[in-house]
Amino acid sequence: MELNVAGKTINLTDDGYLADLSQWDKDVALAIAKEEEVALTDAHFKVIEWVQNQFKKGEALSVRGIKGSGVIDIKEFYALFPGGPLKKATRIAGIPKPKSCI
Amino acid sequence: MKNLLILGAGTAGTMMANHLRHKMSKNDWNITIVDQYKTHYYQPGFLFLPFDTYTEDQVRKDKKKFIPKGVNYIQKKIEKIIHTENKVVLEDETLNYDILIVATGAKIAPEQVDGMNGPNWHKNVFDFYTFEGSLALRNYLREFKGGKMVVHFTEMPIKCPVAPLEFVFLADSYFRKKGMRDKVELTYVTPLGGAFTKPKATAALSYLLKEKNIKVVTDFAIESVDNDNNQILDYEGREVPYDVLVTVPTNMGDDLIKRSGMGDDLNFVPTNHFTLQSEVAKNIFVIGDASNVPASKAGSVAHFQAETLTDNILLYIDGKPLKEEFDGHANCFIETGNGKGLLIDFNYKQEPVEGKFPFPVVGPMSLLKETRLNHFGKMAFKWIYWNMLLKGIAIPFVSRNMSKLGKKLN
Repeated sequence: MELNVAGKTINLTDDGYLADLSQWDKDVALAIAKEEEVALTDAHFKVIEWVQNQFKKGEALSVRGIKGSGVIDIKEFYALFPGGPLKKATRIAGIPKPKSCI
Repeated sequence: MKNLLILGAGTAGTMMANHLRHKMSKNDWNITIVDQYKTHYYQPGFLFLPFDTYTEDQVRKDKKKFIPKGVNYIQKKIEKIIHTENKVVLEDETLNYDILIVATGAKIAPEQVDGMNGPNWHKNVFDFYTFEGSLALRNYLREFKGGKMVVHFTEMPIKCPVAPLEFVFLADSYFRKKGMRDKVELTYVTPLGGAFTKPKATAALSYLLKEKNIKVVTDFAIESVDNDNNQILDYEGREVPYDVLVTVPTNMGDDLIKRSGMGDDLNFVPTNHFTLQSEVAKNIFVIGDASNVPASKAGSVAHFQAETLTDNILLYIDGKPLKEEFDGHANCFIETGNGKGLLIDFNYKQEPVEGKFPFPVVGPMSLLKETRLNHFGKMAFKWIYWNMLLKGIAIPFVSRNMSKLGKKLN
């Protein structure tokens, strides 16, 4: 799968997530957020930055883990990304979908 | 004399003691292994204990039995690792090390979710990741007359990520055999986007849930267990009622890692994915569930890691560069109930796919496909575990790195 943003071709996995975080930028985030029907604000970008940093550090991501983020609490997380916040926030942030082994 | 110290005499630590005692000079190196517990549990057996497939004695043995001669075994609590001084403090003595292997595993942390280990813990709210939980669940199920069974896991990562799915498949099979399947409503609750999350497995296996009439609730991030009303709640306010809840709590590394200031938020030790050297200190290595490497937390993974780590410890002693070799290889039999099973073989990069294993065309095992032979493989694994795996004996035809032979790749 592919996504075209501002003349660039972005590679996506079969489930619509970025194949390569290095292709991520704010325009890509805005384009994916539009598909997810999320209007991005500064508050969203703070969460996105935290999620990306956790991923780069190799930390496991979970909704419960947001408690320790110091960025937002869980209720706010749901308010920003309604209906599956982790799934949506990771997709907009350009990092892999939270998965199991099968 | 120099000292190599292994913390934890579970699957990974025991395998390392066996590998290294054979490879390291007895004149130059003392090997010591420390664990506070006496009993070695066959953890995959905790999946079968609730259904009366295994007895208590088939899943537990004395740890000491598996520690080789020439290795000093200390059964004491570990207080702290002082990695800046190459010391480990035990309850009543302090050990010095030249090389440290951390193999302290992962354990359930039900206290991370409100109400989980509340008044109904091991009464109608059970885990099956501990001997006590699994046994209490067996006793409960022997008397169970029917109702709503909810099988749930809290968040990733967990040990053997496929175990909750296997549990719900085996529960279907168990109630069928007892002639009471029509009296039990089975629901599988996951924090992820689906019961299956990888494209090939989703395509190949989604039929299982329909065929077995198992309801699925997805994207459920649990906030609390409501013991008064027997229901679990998520952060969106969704409620899933149960008569019996079988849950996998948050899995965390040992508290020792936290006390020693060596872990991440879940007490897993940051570790190089390919060499298994810790990022804490060059003379500290991590194996098995204790590390933060993005491989499955499973015995087969520890087995493959042990082969790479043995080589790397010998290279480290010789002052040579380490092999960047471990590829996240996992190989797991998965029970699907009714005497059938699946086999998956995958690594960091390659998702589980269909094919034949270990040999192309002839197999005899089939990948990502339900067969009776795969179920027999899972049953045979208990013998392999006690008699080969723990002793560090290589499994014939299964290499430490994942092979692409026989796999249907795009």
